[in-house]
Amino acid sequence: MAQERKIIAPLPFPETTPYWEAAAQGKLLLKRCAGCGAYHFYPRVLCPFCFNEQTEWREASGTGTIYSFSIMRRAEVPYAIAYVTLTEGPTMMSNIVDCDLDAIRIGQPVRLVFKPAENGQQVAMFTLA
Amino acid sequence: MAYIAGIYEHPTRKADGKSLALLHAEVAKGAIEDAGLSKDDVDAYFCAGDVAGWDARGTGPFSIIDYLGLKLRYLDSTESWGSSYLVHVAHAAEAIAAGKCHVALITLAGRPRADGFSTGTAVATDGLSAPEAQFELPYAPTVVNTYAMCAMRHMHEYGTTSEHLAWIKVAASHHAQHNPHAMLRDVVTVEDVVNSPLIADPLHRLDCCVISDGGGALIVTGPEIAKSLKHPPVKVIGAGYAPKHQMGGKIDLTFSGARWSGPQAFAEAQVTPDDIRYASIYDSFTITVLITLEDLGFCEKGKGGAFVADGNLISGVGKLPFNTDGGGLCNNHPSNRGGMTKIIEAVRQLRGEAHPKVQVANCGLALVHGTGGALGTRHGSATLILERE
Repeated sequence: MAQERKIIAPLPFPETTPYWEAAAQGKLLLKRCAGCGAYHFYPRVLCPFCFNEQTEWREASGTGTIYSFSIMRRAEVPYAIAYVTLTEGPTMMSNIVDCDLDAIRIGQPVRLVFKPAENGQQVAMFTLA
Repeated sequence: MAYIAGIYEHPTRKADGKSLALLHAEVAKGAIEDAGLSKDDVDAYFCAGDVAGWDARGTGPFSIIDYLGLKLRYLDSTESWGSSYLVHVAHAAEAIAAGKCHVALITLAGRPRADGFSTGTAVATDGLSAPEAQFELPYAPTVVNTYAMCAMRHMHEYGTTSEHLAWIKVAASHHAQHNPHAMLRDVVTVEDVVNSPLIADPLHRLDCCVISDGGGALIVTGPEIAKSLKHPPVKVIGAGYAPKHQMGGKIDLTFSGARWSGPQAFAEAQVTPDDIRYASIYDSFTITVLITLEDLGFCEKGKGGAFVADGNLISGVGKLPFNTDGGGLCNNHPSNRGGMTKIIEAVRQLRGEAHPKVQVANCGLALVHGTGGALGTRHGSATLILERE
């Protein structure tokens, strides 16, 4: 059960600091384009679909399903990397934590949790719902 | 139209005692000699991020040009990782057709093994200016676990199995037994592959390519020069290129950029997958081959498992002989970039110079595909179709 892996600290850009400040408060922010209405991930200032710069931060529901995953066996502490498809639409890279790694399956519902990186920054991850 | 008139593959697989610059020089000399030309004939040079000096501030490709003593009127340093060298062939053909140059030299070399890299299982923590880095590095993506997620999803959607993937390695090993330079020459079975240790589910150790030193080089020329040289002319008749990425979060791991680069190359060459007698397919992992074969149209999407099973990729046994040098899975993967050696083995097949045990009879048309970068995140797909004249 215990998966204490050293988490590499993210290096925010000036325009992504709201994402990381929200993460510190236990919130996952997504960008939604006011022009085309689509959510995207990872967050940009200019929408990657229509290049509109009217993109807005929205708080994600924190629910989704596992699109794909892999258990990294050749690591000091084995861990699960995954792509999680969020209820809002986009699929994001993440880790599946706090569960039996061998119980993870594609399609399983997951919910948002946060884990601290080496520098203390909270990072969005998921656990089996 | 242009021709591949010279090829050379470095015999080393562990280059202790040789610098990266020297490896580039040795492969350059080898390809120039294979073509029957001299260094002074070279007026164009193509290289990617593996060249010595690429990371030197302000010099980039000029360090290696200086070292090799080249006098050029054309330079292209397109970087597309392992697929770069296919792009270079296409760009060289265009430049030669436009009259910008006559004799193009393309080199690749690397010594990751001598340098002690464990590329596949470590998280690369450089490249922090990449906009995705902050959203990915905390999750510890590695080369192998991002490819593994492609395999996992393909299995989920299409019922592909580890045994299917294993057949790709089995075919490569059947070919490698005849290559005295190959790192892994033992023939393996499906059981050997699926019983080898899991590295990142569902990929086993034997689903992964080797890490090796070495390199290779090519000479590309126009028709007049190519036809005056000693080797059967190998013509570049089709080329396609497409990068694929995460599409703003609309991620689909079941296909590669080959879905886009393949049709471009087939349309230009005016041939179909059924016409291809030999294929060099980038094989960083077994799953890379399976997804690429589907995307190129050798079989329907989702049917790759059945297509590669039962030795269908083994020369003399199956319908589509592939990677008859043993490929990246068994022979070599210099600089962790397999595109160059894929081109070289295809040219050998078209010249009739492959090992007799793996030579495809009457091989007149070959396909080469390169996948540079990572299948599960961002990569550049390049396809070439080559014909013996």
